[in-house]
Amino acid sequence: MKKLINSPETVLADSLIGVAAAHPELRVDHVNRIIYRTDPTRAGKVALLSGGGTGHEPLHGGFVGVGMLDAACAGAVFTSPTPDQMLEATKVVDSGAGVLHIVKNYTGDVMNFEMGAELAAAETGIEVAVVVVNDDVAVEDSTFTAGRRGVGTTVLLEKIAGAAAEEGRDLAAVTAVARQVNESGRSMGVALSSCTVPAAGKPTFELAEGEMEIGVGIHGEPGRRRVPLAGAAEVARLLVEPILADLDFTGAPTIVMVNGLGGTPLIELYVMYAEVRKILEAAGITVARSLVGNYITALDMAGCSVTILKADEDLLHLWDAPVNTAGLRWGI
Amino acid sequence: MTNDTISLDQLTGWLTRFRDLVTEQVSYLTELDSAIGDADHGSNMTRGMDAVLEKIQASPVVAVDELFKGVGMTLVTSVGGASGPLYGTFFLRIGTSAGPVSTLDAPGLAAALRAGLGGVVARGKAEAGDKTMFDVLAPALDAFDADLVVFSDISSAARAAYSAAQAGRDATAPLIARKGRASYLGERSIGHIDPGAASTSLLFQALAEILDKE
Repeated sequence: MKKLINSPETVLADSLIGVAAAHPELRVDHVNRIIYRTDPTRAGKVALLSGGGTGHEPLHGGFVGVGMLDAACAGAVFTSPTPDQMLEATKVVDSGAGVLHIVKNYTGDVMNFEMGAELAAAETGIEVAVVVVNDDVAVEDSTFTAGRRGVGTTVLLEKIAGAAAEEGRDLAAVTAVARQVNESGRSMGVALSSCTVPAAGKPTFELAEGEMEIGVGIHGEPGRRRVPLAGAAEVARLLVEPILADLDFTGAPTIVMVNGLGGTPLIELYVMYAEVRKILEAAGITVARSLVGNYITALDMAGCSVTILKADEDLLHLWDAPVNTAGLRWGI
Repeated sequence: MTNDTISLDQLTGWLTRFRDLVTEQVSYLTELDSAIGDADHGSNMTRGMDAVLEKIQASPVVAVDELFKGVGMTLVTSVGGASGPLYGTFFLRIGTSAGPVSTLDAPGLAAALRAGLGGVVARGKAEAGDKTMFDVLAPALDAFDADLVVFSDISSAARAAYSAAQAGRDATAPLIARKGRASYLGERSIGHIDPGAASTSLLFQALAEILDKE
């Protein structure tokens, strides 16, 4: 294992020190491992709280700021944060308008956030709403599993729901927008190599030189199948076709993200984006907005994911609204 | 000799013995978790139970509900993953069911364990055959209750529960996982004992052993 760390045990704590040093607009609670905006939540504004295991940066801490999240709870690498963190963060960010918890659909995350919300309700009476993101079409038998995993759509959801909260919509309306995004977004990923969790010290899975894993999860969960490596055009087809088979994206403007998993250069992501666009154009799908880069990663995994969101005028308006975070910034 | 009660000291002894067992079997639990999970169940449970024992030693309690509520919250905040909320809720519900007493009689313990199982179901939504800790907890508690009806002896009931727990643990091997991270493996989860089922079986081993000591 070759990593720029002091020790596997201190990766998270050390990185939070770096976040605090680099971003004066953020406040880091090092004891509870929570990243906040420096300014308290504006009175009457719905607060957005997310979080999860770390190793997916910039998600979630990099999306704390104006127009997106109010706070993010950080767990250990690939391990859910615990309910006491969510309770603390919920109390801090609530301005009286309620708090929306944005949770990726993994068993640990769902249970820990659920307990955090229960504790908050019992202790404070703060109104908490929850949206669970489950957009990974790679999981086929969702009835017989823990369900579809939360992946790329989480990024788009945090941006769009954040804008809705920023412009003053109430908790019910912000939650409705968040649910709409989750229901209208689909993702699929591919791994060219495994990731290495610092505490494990070795790759999570083995992938031969000429192989790729289609449908991989952001923690290295197995995908739909392992196939020989192919050119970008073929890989794009293998990712986009299952997405289009899952939801009809015609007749509406879409937002398309090609996301790097951490170990793939941007130049390759643009090669992929070009191929994705060709497929979408041939399928008669209108692309209204695009995002290309590393937004929801899996440590050092090589590969990418494609997310397509079926939008409407309102979602595009919210997408275009100003955002000022470490990981996403425009219009400011 | 027959016993009909379990004291606060014995309940503390149960937790201590459980800590010792998960510590002894940390590599076994981690090995099971490497096969179908993320290889941290042994270390997570050891860390959690160490924190529990530390808390018990630092602030002694006088009532059963206080004991188990402390245990539950400590596990929730120190274990993480899915095991933290599941074991945490199990012990929190045991505490709520037991109430502010210093001793539990056999039906009281049965009811408390049953409430704990209810908490696990509410939290994890698992059903029989999903290849989870439920597949140990449910048959163990059924065996506990059935034995109690016949022999009215808490130690005998705990031994019966432990036998059923072992059988339940082993019976998870041929199952396809339908909950948690293992479920993404589908048929590839067949042939492996569920790590949560294995640690839950240790919970009943600890209970049987501590009650046999008296």
